[in-house]
Amino acid sequence: MPDVHALVNDFLIKLKRRKIEGSKATAKVTAEVLRSFISQQRLPNTNQAGALIDAVKAVGEQLIAANPVELAVGNVVRRVLHIIREEDLSLTAAAIGGLSLSAGSDDEDDVGHDEHPALSAAAVAAAARSTLRPPSLQTLLEDVPHTAAVPHTSSSGGDSEGKSKSADKNSSTKRLKHNVIEAVNELIQDIVTCHEQIAEQAVEHIHQNEVILTLGSSRTVVEFLCAAKEKKRSFRVFVAEGAPRYQGHTLAKELVTRGLQTTVITDSAVFAMISRVNMVIVGAHAVMANGGVIAPVGLNMVALAAQRHAVPFVVLAGIHKLCPLYPHNPEVLLNELRSPSELLDFGEFSDCLDFGSGSGSPILHVVNPAFDYVPPNLVSLFITDTGGHNPSYMYRLIADYYSANDLVLQRRSAS
Amino acid sequence: MVAKQSGRNRGGGGGGTAAATEVSVEELARVPLQAILLADSFATKFHPITLERPKVLLPLVNVPMIDYTLAWLESAGVEEVFVFCCAHAKQVAEHLENSQWFAQPNFSVTAIESNNAVGAGDALRLIYEQNVIRGDFVLVSGDTVSNMSLAEALGEHKERRRKDSNAIMTMVITQSKTSPTTRQSRLGTDELFMAIDPDTKQLLYYEDKSDKGTVSLDKTLLSDHPSIYLHNDKQDCYIDICSPEVLSTFADNFDYQHLRRHFLKGLLDDDIMGYKIFTHEIQSNYAARIDNFRSYDTVSKDIIQRWTYPLVPDVQFFGNSSTKLDRQGMYRASVVGQSRSAQVGPFTVIGSGTTIGSQSQISNSVVGEGCKIGANVSIEGCYIWHNVTIEDGCQLKHAIVCDGVVIKSGVILEPGVVLSYKVVVGQQFIVPAYSKVSLYQQPIKQDSDEELEYADSSTGFMDASSLSGLPDKLKEESTIQLSESQLQAASEVGSGGVGFIWSTSEGSHEEEWRHSVAPIPPAKLLEIMHTSNNELEVVQQDGNLPPSGELERDSVTANSNDYDDDDVDVKDDYEFFENEVEATFKRALEENIKEDDVILEVNSLRLSYNLATADCSGALFYSMMKSALSAPHPSPSDLVKNAATVITKWKKLLKYYLPSIDEEVGLLISSSDPDEIEVILKFEEMCLESAKEYSTVFVQILHLLYDKDIIQEEAILNWASEKEGADETDKLFVKQAEKFIQWLNEASEEED
Repeated sequence: MPDVHALVNDFLIKLKRRKIEGSKATAKVTAEVLRSFISQQRLPNTNQAGALIDAVKAVGEQLIAANPVELAVGNVVRRVLHIIREEDLSLTAAAIGGLSLSAGSDDEDDVGHDEHPALSAAAVAAAARSTLRPPSLQTLLEDVPHTAAVPHTSSSGGDSEGKSKSADKNSSTKRLKHNVIEAVNELIQDIVTCHEQIAEQAVEHIHQNEVILTLGSSRTVVEFLCAAKEKKRSFRVFVAEGAPRYQGHTLAKELVTRGLQTTVITDSAVFAMISRVNMVIVGAHAVMANGGVIAPVGLNMVALAAQRHAVPFVVLAGIHKLCPLYPHNPEVLLNELRSPSELLDFGEFSDCLDFGSGSGSPILHVVNPAFDYVPPNLVSLFITDTGGHNPSYMYRLIADYYSANDLVLQRRSAS
Repeated sequence: MVAKQSGRNRGGGGGGTAAATEVSVEELARVPLQAILLADSFATKFHPITLERPKVLLPLVNVPMIDYTLAWLESAGVEEVFVFCCAHAKQVAEHLENSQWFAQPNFSVTAIESNNAVGAGDALRLIYEQNVIRGDFVLVSGDTVSNMSLAEALGEHKERRRKDSNAIMTMVITQSKTSPTTRQSRLGTDELFMAIDPDTKQLLYYEDKSDKGTVSLDKTLLSDHPSIYLHNDKQDCYIDICSPEVLSTFADNFDYQHLRRHFLKGLLDDDIMGYKIFTHEIQSNYAARIDNFRSYDTVSKDIIQRWTYPLVPDVQFFGNSSTKLDRQGMYRASVVGQSRSAQVGPFTVIGSGTTIGSQSQISNSVVGEGCKIGANVSIEGCYIWHNVTIEDGCQLKHAIVCDGVVIKSGVILEPGVVLSYKVVVGQQFIVPAYSKVSLYQQPIKQDSDEELEYADSSTGFMDASSLSGLPDKLKEESTIQLSESQLQAASEVGSGGVGFIWSTSEGSHEEEWRHSVAPIPPAKLLEIMHTSNNELEVVQQDGNLPPSGELERDSVTANSNDYDDDDVDVKDDYEFFENEVEATFKRALEENIKEDDVILEVNSLRLSYNLATADCSGALFYSMMKSALSAPHPSPSDLVKNAATVITKWKKLLKYYLPSIDEEVGLLISSSDPDEIEVILKFEEMCLESAKEYSTVFVQILHLLYDKDIIQEEAILNWASEKEGADETDKLFVKQAEKFIQWLNEASEEED
């Protein structure tokens, strides 16, 4: 128990002091911390799911408050909550199924179960578990069995099924916990592999001899571009350097080492160059429920330029960046103001900041916001690890991943 | 030395000597990074607040200063911190306990308490005795705010150590321009001069108490180093990366107390063991030390402006409540009761649980937690700590208000006021500017001369004991005496008020505006500018016609407009000297002092300003003529008479500085005595500028001087011939004296 506390505290401190950078790393660590938290959590015999949800909520609240700007923390916490709810649901369904079935089904193992889909209750339970959610738009639009047969989902389903059967007689505590941990593992796996999943789709979007523009640096974008390059697509990349952190420089370096034709431009040259560009591909800090994007500063300008010249503006976002909140929610902290020293050299301007003479109030003020908000109407396409989506489809995607009960995590304080 | 040995012992445990050095180097790298944090500044600049609480616990933008330092050390990768507490050691330890600094993973904080340390030297000696420092360590004081990364500086330090074991310290400096008018940095410290070797970054010279604005470098520095940069735009961050030798040096030199004034100077001047000190300049990162109220104000504003990111109010770097940043640098805690009509302006921090009444205005200020601010209050540039009550209609400007203060309605705090803990200010009272109010009475023996903060051991001891002893003693008494003191103090801070206004001695009051949170008032700035302008004017005047010894050098090129700026200092000095001589002479006149005594005094002045005798004669003559001028003189002839009487009376004095021709005749047969020319030139200059009345009687006075044997004819003739080459305006007086000169010429011819 104490080591989990230490783990959570350690992570809290890291979040508070802004020691973890990047939403992917944060999301991964959050999921891992929650996993070990859940595994060490003692559950009562009744209403296990409720207890677990409350416990995770309490921790999640702390984590979110530690760094309200990093929305990925909240996203992962909500995902985990959603997983608990669904595992609970599927267990209950299985239990009901188990009850209605004769003892004969107990003798059959899960292979037999797959071979005999005619067993109605088991099928219902399996369907409820493997789809993991009330029928989503995606499952409705696409082929239901096909979705159910997505490899990792079904395999884990089968696995947990087998385990649950054996654990059934021992204790139901372990079963829920086990299932949840399995599902969280999958989530971690999803987060880790989101780059590859997104990059797989690169060839569908980048065509021969195209010119791609990007701003700043994003790991997802690098992987995406390199994946297209590996598939023998030849194209050119314009990199806007992304002031004030100039991460575009490192991006350009990396692209060049991978043999991509790269051009570095200043941020202010974006409008001048946009007419030669075929597509803008950028990363995001978070994708909001309305399809708006919180992105590194400068991207709104790029999006407007792209719209002016009818250049597609494509945003790559791992699934952990999907935020179920709307940008107008009061608890969403949209921006972070970073140190002015990224813009100016403190020593050079020290005489402008001398409060001893003059009125005593600062005359020079340097603002260094980290993020921009790009409204949904400027975004042409989102590419997530599940495929390409329209901005207007985001809310629906979010409904698939998050439970509506978890949207507001922060309890309003009594006052 | 001792530390070095111990280091060898550690390394030598492995095996042979050659391997030992390698091992020790490796070991040095593996030793967890340690830091010594001095939680006591051993100064009195924050009196009277620091009587009740140690400086490091004073809230800086609602977070105790020491938390900034610890948070920075933690994030910079320091693993072990020794907090040295002296004054109010209990409070510091308690704070560390409560704020859970002891319970951090991978970051151990150890408090070392001592009651009899009077300076940083004692602290380091004590730590040396405890033998806890195993390798290179970071030495900071608990009032440092920084976000720099230590890795680079540490790497440089270690690299240098590998090459040269005498490189024992790396000082962190940053660029900061000093204000041209006040000659103080934005942190309120004096102008700092540093000489640094640009190639090796070695520190060669350090001077932070330069009163005269002069810097004297040792000649050998220039011969030893191919190039030297002399900086006055650098600021010392008081962050030092030290090797264990620093501690042993302190142990060897038991009289070292102050890190800079004793240790650094000692190393630089006395060349102890050949130890060297290097500098590391940080470019974009922030580092500053809070040394006085001015830097408290400056650093607070830097924090609010986010230069110290991520140590800013809306990031919970340690223990601060969650705060949201609104537009224009407004930080508001999540629970704030603000009236709809209250205006909270830019660059303001409002702590949680604070209520603000209607129509109140707050700007550029920091308000702590749990404060109650009434209606119609105006707060500008103030630092209001926790649980302060401000009633309706108060006006606060650039003040520091400590915890638990009650300000009754209608009070006005003028700029620079400091209200210490739990002071109550009575209704409608106006607290005068720069006054400090405390519940404790000002210790009488306390020398409020700020220079004495790092005093020698005797006074320092008293100070330290009073610092630690006084509060405890008074705490008990204060409850009993409260009614008494209330009665006593009622008159001091208004009716119903509690507290004593601390008087500042005359000397330091003059400097009070320098170190307060209030900006320097425009009147003072004007004053400073005026004086500096005057100096400039003087320089320009001098440019037209230089007084004193300058002429000797430039006499060939009589047109002396081509002075370079180097001479400014010399001229300043001369200006001062002249004034002093004049004052001396005046006194001599008034008090009838003997000539010999005057000579003695002028001589001592001459020596202290390091000037030539020629300057004395010029200055003396100048003051004599001035005194003649000050006597009533209805007509020019009366003026001549006045001058004649003065000159006859003080002839001897003047003669003393103008060696008679007899002595010099052998030596200076061709060029006459420069001192006498000096007198003439001085007089000419006077006539032109300061005392125009003389211009009409120039010749008469000249004649008078000749008659009284003060000026030899050679001098006058030389003067005339020298002026021949000059332009028309310069020749004005030569023309006037034409006849006289002619007569002189004839006379000398006759003699021949």
